[in-house]
Amino acid sequence: MDTFLLALLVMVAGALVTGLIALRPVSASTNRTANLIGPGAAAVACLLGLHGLFSGGWGSAESFLLPWGLPFGAFALGLDPLSRLFLLPVFVLGITCGLSGCVSLRHSDPSEHNLGAHWLFYLLLLLGMTCVMTARDAVFFMLAWEIMSLSPFFLIDFNDRDRLVQDASWVYLVAAHLGAVLLIAFFALLWQESGSTFFSAMAAHHPANATALFLLSLFGFGAKAGLVPLHVWLPEAHPAAPSHVSALLSGAMLNAGLYGIIRSFDFFGPATSMPVWWGWLLMAMGAITALMGILKALAQSHLKRLLAYSSVENMGIMIMGAGIGLVGIHNGSAWTAALGFSGCLFHMLNHSAFKGLLFLCAGEVLHAVGTVDMARLGGLQKRMPFLGALFALGAASIACLPPFNGFAGEFVLSMSMISSLKLPGLEQQIAMVACMTALMLTSGISAAVYAKAYGMTFLGQPRTHFAAEPHVPENRHLLPLCIPAAACVLGGLFAPLAFSMVQPTLDFIPAMHEGVVEEARLAIGQTEGLLRHISLFGWAGIGLVLVLALVRRVLLARRGVKRGPVWGCGYQYGTSRIQYTPASFVEPGARIFGAVMGTRVRSVKGEGLFPARASLGVEAPDVVRGKGYTPLFQLMERACNALKIVQNGLVNIYILYILITLVALLIWGVA
Amino acid sequence: MYSLFQFVILLLLVTDLIMLWSGRILMLIRLSALQGALLAALLLLPVDGALNAELVLLSIAVFCLKGVGFPVFLRHVCHKLGLEPVVRPRLGRMYPMAGGLVCLAFSLWLEGRIPAAEGLFPPMLFPVALTTLFCGLILVVGRAKALAQVIGYLVVENGIFLLGIPLMTEGSVWFELSILLDVFAAIFVMAIAINHINSAFDSIDVARFRNLRD
Repeated sequence: MDTFLLALLVMVAGALVTGLIALRPVSASTNRTANLIGPGAAAVACLLGLHGLFSGGWGSAESFLLPWGLPFGAFALGLDPLSRLFLLPVFVLGITCGLSGCVSLRHSDPSEHNLGAHWLFYLLLLLGMTCVMTARDAVFFMLAWEIMSLSPFFLIDFNDRDRLVQDASWVYLVAAHLGAVLLIAFFALLWQESGSTFFSAMAAHHPANATALFLLSLFGFGAKAGLVPLHVWLPEAHPAAPSHVSALLSGAMLNAGLYGIIRSFDFFGPATSMPVWWGWLLMAMGAITALMGILKALAQSHLKRLLAYSSVENMGIMIMGAGIGLVGIHNGSAWTAALGFSGCLFHMLNHSAFKGLLFLCAGEVLHAVGTVDMARLGGLQKRMPFLGALFALGAASIACLPPFNGFAGEFVLSMSMISSLKLPGLEQQIAMVACMTALMLTSGISAAVYAKAYGMTFLGQPRTHFAAEPHVPENRHLLPLCIPAAACVLGGLFAPLAFSMVQPTLDFIPAMHEGVVEEARLAIGQTEGLLRHISLFGWAGIGLVLVLALVRRVLLARRGVKRGPVWGCGYQYGTSRIQYTPASFVEPGARIFGAVMGTRVRSVKGEGLFPARASLGVEAPDVVRGKGYTPLFQLMERACNALKIVQNGLVNIYILYILITLVALLIWGVA
Repeated sequence: MYSLFQFVILLLLVTDLIMLWSGRILMLIRLSALQGALLAALLLLPVDGALNAELVLLSIAVFCLKGVGFPVFLRHVCHKLGLEPVVRPRLGRMYPMAGGLVCLAFSLWLEGRIPAAEGLFPPMLFPVALTTLFCGLILVVGRAKALAQVIGYLVVENGIFLLGIPLMTEGSVWFELSILLDVFAAIFVMAIAINHINSAFDSIDVARFRNLRD
């Protein structure tokens, strides 16, 4: 715990120093200093934090309490396996994104960017996330939650001269605060019922209105996790933010929402008293989120927006896992419960690795080409082979291809669903099959999404001269990306080891206490055995690929190899316009899922024997935002404007209001 | 003594109602002066019959400020600004008058229900005080000219002063004196503000302030 507290102190100290630098007039030298101190402090703090996580023993629980002199709340920290597991991506991505940001921001223009402020909010974000996942007091938790929610606003608004970026940061701020309002209500109710702000006291109390609390927690934390229909800030904020910030937000901050949902199970009384429909609600919302997220991702041609929608999808999968866990507990099925929760947590770890990697790769593409619009990219694999390989690795992981970590995570989730087919009642089995179908469909479409993302960006021929002549990053600048890349590979090849990190967590999921833990250990043990086989197959597959590559090399050594343009198709004068575009790649899918995806296909077909002009475009505006939130907020704006009649500028009328209020209060007081 | 006290209170009520009806600014100033004099007289007619030096001092202070000081000062401002003698009431004459009567009825209704110590308020004092307070507010709401609103404010203060009379013990005389000083400063500041508003807007019609709202 001591090194962990030291990590927090380093974050605070780093934030103070970068804050002081930010106050000085911005110049190249202050930016340089901030760009050294900020990432340096982040790296040191995260390394200390990692040491703190592992030093006390992964499965142990520690706590730290410091009264802070306020009339309520306390600085109460706790480290249990659940907190440790969620902190792991925070610290690993904290180092990776810090280093990557240091590299990408080193040539920032001092007249446009104040790096002192940027790194101040980066460190505050890290501090906020760390405190959220260790807080054991409601007031302290909400303070940390606010720090965690507010800092990204300033980080997203980095390129604040861009109108779209400004809009995105405001959308984020509104969404974050709507969620926070629900959470304040959630903790206020708990506080009122239990009479204490400590989590331990809240957990000991059996709440009377558990369902209301559950819904507040689901939507409050769900807004952070990007649960449909509260996801609208995600596809706006992630593309607008600098890539190292997007990676941290997507890989670590979204997890805070999931953490909150799982932690709040603590406060709802004994697990068996939770109604089964909670589990089904979580599963249904998870399945809808996953399907909608991946379908919207398929329709995007902006690489970072595609990744953002893919984050929505992955959060959906995790929430589905938590739902399966709850349903399993209610039915007394330890297998389903254990594998549901552990699948959810395992997938969370894996998602942090590959999504961090993919966002950082997208940032490098943006830096090299100046755009991440896939319709303007192509052919980057030949020009930037190392970056292409890293992106391919991330894409293969997220598309659940063995032997990488994505496959291992979704395999555990599938196992939980298969085991749940033994649940009593036909309707439960049918619902489980429907969820399994949703998961399989999501995984399948996810493969198509990443085939598109990688294919359009890195393969084929460059579609513009920007893509043909990119500003190639030096390989040493890509070294921070190797950390999540290694996690993707090793997480798959050593899947049983990675999965065993999740196991102690289950003892600390309060819903798991009810005598199912022993049987759950058995289920976990058997799944670990299966994962061992899978990782063996993975090793064998890698060996096979290496052997085949060697054979190919030997066979081709004595022959002349002729290289031609990709998609040349034997034409004498090939052009890059022959190849697939992002729109034409999606078009068949958009015709099938158009109604669900909300896509609009615009196609102008060529006419005659020698068509002069033809075009195809696929648009995918967010239906929830366009048809739900925008009209709702416009209505609210109109209502608020209508209320301006009260503020008519006439002093006399204002005094009349006072008079009316006085009389009303008198009458109320007397009556 | 007692019936004289009641008579003065009734006179106060009558001045309130005339103020609501009146459309002439000089009339309003004179009536406010009369109210000041009546308040000073009330202080000299204590219900329990014990007249002491502090009360006399307070009565003189009230008469000097409310009966003479403010009216002379307001008249001076009025002349300096060259105001028209007739101010058009914003809501006509009937509505403020009706409002005043409703307030009187409301105050009478309230008197029976307010939890006050038995015998604390002499009969009629509480409803008249409350009606004076409300009439002041109605003057503030119903008159367009800022000067009339200052008079309204003064009437509100008269109502508060009336409410305070039964609660007055020896120590609180100084408290009342300090309130008087407060009112004096307020009226002074308001008159200066009106002067400045007049030079900035070429009018002291508060309806023009709406240009200042966001």
